[in-house]
Amino acid sequence: MEQILEIITKADNIPIILLLVTVLFYSWLAWSKMKKNDLQEIPEEAKLDDKVQVWPYLVRTEFIVSIAVMAIMLIWSIFLDAPLEEPANRALTPNPSKAPWYFLGLQEMLVYFDPWIAGVVLPSLIIVGLMAIPYIDINEKGNGYYTFKERKFAITTFTFGFLVLWVFLIIIGTFFRGPGWNFFMLGEKWDPHYVAVLTNIDFSELFGIPTRFPDGSLNPLAVAFGGIVVLGYYSLAGIYWFMKQNTDLMKKLGFIRYNIVAMLFLTMVGMVLKMLLRLGPVAIGANPIKYVWVTPWFNV
Amino acid sequence: MLSSFKKTEFYKSIFRHSYQDTQRNRALQIVDNVFLHLHPVRVPRHAVNLGFTWGMGGITFLLYIILTITGIILMFYYRPTAQYAYEDMKYLMNDVPFGPLIRNMHRWGAHAMVLTVMLHMFRVFLTGSYKPPRQFNWVVGVLLLVLTFLLSFSGYLLPWDQLSIWAVTVGTNMARATPLLGHEGPFGAQLGMRPDNDVRFVLLGGTEVGPPTLLRFYVGHCIFLPVVATIFMIVHFWRIRKDGGISGPETGKKTF
Repeated sequence: MEQILEIITKADNIPIILLLVTVLFYSWLAWSKMKKNDLQEIPEEAKLDDKVQVWPYLVRTEFIVSIAVMAIMLIWSIFLDAPLEEPANRALTPNPSKAPWYFLGLQEMLVYFDPWIAGVVLPSLIIVGLMAIPYIDINEKGNGYYTFKERKFAITTFTFGFLVLWVFLIIIGTFFRGPGWNFFMLGEKWDPHYVAVLTNIDFSELFGIPTRFPDGSLNPLAVAFGGIVVLGYYSLAGIYWFMKQNTDLMKKLGFIRYNIVAMLFLTMVGMVLKMLLRLGPVAIGANPIKYVWVTPWFNV
Repeated sequence: MLSSFKKTEFYKSIFRHSYQDTQRNRALQIVDNVFLHLHPVRVPRHAVNLGFTWGMGGITFLLYIILTITGIILMFYYRPTAQYAYEDMKYLMNDVPFGPLIRNMHRWGAHAMVLTVMLHMFRVFLTGSYKPPRQFNWVVGVLLLVLTFLLSFSGYLLPWDQLSIWAVTVGTNMARATPLLGHEGPFGAQLGMRPDNDVRFVLLGGTEVGPPTLLRFYVGHCIFLPVVATIFMIVHFWRIRKDGGISGPETGKKTF
């Protein structure tokens, strides 16, 4: 209980509680609007297409919202001081060392991936992938109103990415990751001396192929096996293409656009699979998987 | 008294229009005001509904203005050197009139802006507002999201306390693992990357978070990033108007 209070009342954690509340509220709001629109012929928004004067109908709303926001900021700032800890000291590392809250999802990824993937490749792919959305989503429906029925794939994928892989992981990182980035249940004491005893194995070792020989050198068979697994996973995109290439959707998408969609989608699903490969065995008391593909230069 | 003042040349030279309730006067009130002129004169009724827009884009802009003002005030009291930075923070929090209020508002406003920018993106996605003709404005929006993160992250270091230095250490440690450009990244060592010449070194101005990093982040936070963000914001707002205003369903009528 003390531990919960300590985390929740930490001033810098207020935004995460706000995040949780607002995201849940707006998801519910959007969902109810989608449901309503999907049950009728024309969306609600289309019924309200007559024009109104910006003065006063829009300006007054902006004015009231601005005052409300400034009042909230003022009250928040009067009653809650921004944290100021001890002076910077390179010789004293706090445990846990956490990134700012909005990067905690990426920090969580460090559990499952090496830094070059979690810290560099994934963020870059998120940015590039987000920017690509308007150009790879060729569905003309659902432009300018709430609907789920008309764009199931787009909404499901994006919402999963935002709610689960971004917001949920931020919440895990804030409330459940303690010293050593170990997982602690809510209310459990954050013991800085707690050591999680885990014997990591690599994916190939599940199939009896050791990653390294007793002398420490890499097993070429394991390297090849890992490569086949990873590249084989991405080649699912090609198999699906050959199965579906004559459908209207695929023809409209075109080969290049299809491949961009498939690569981004498979990477997102791959993230989840890699998380499961690590968390699943821990849950049943087996050895968690560390790497799927080990090479002399990089590990996946 | 007031009504006679309103008849003076002086008053009329400042305020061109009264509150007269005519379509023409209401339109003039928008187009003749440089700030309100950001808006079109008339918008579809659904676009003024908070349930549709959530108001998150506008709130983000408001928070950006709050952050600019409080940020400028903070700059009067802060010196970006390792020797003074933390002392100045203590001074600000203990002795400067309204110092804590200004600093708190800057920090909480920054957190709130990250939150509202994410919610804004969520809403724009859910209403499909990135679809033609607004594709490019979505791209600009993603850049603004990244700039918001960078602004918030660079500001995190400036208090120069344990929280800031270690959060930034955790964040920038990622850079050393950059493929090709980081000394611990794939193929980095093969390309001659060392701790003292890789991309992280460029970012920090050293091999660890130190005084040069503080200056770098300060200039980035106070000048470079706000200027870039402002330019993209101008493009973002301009494009909203040019792409037909707030998105809405195609109803056969011309919507802009």
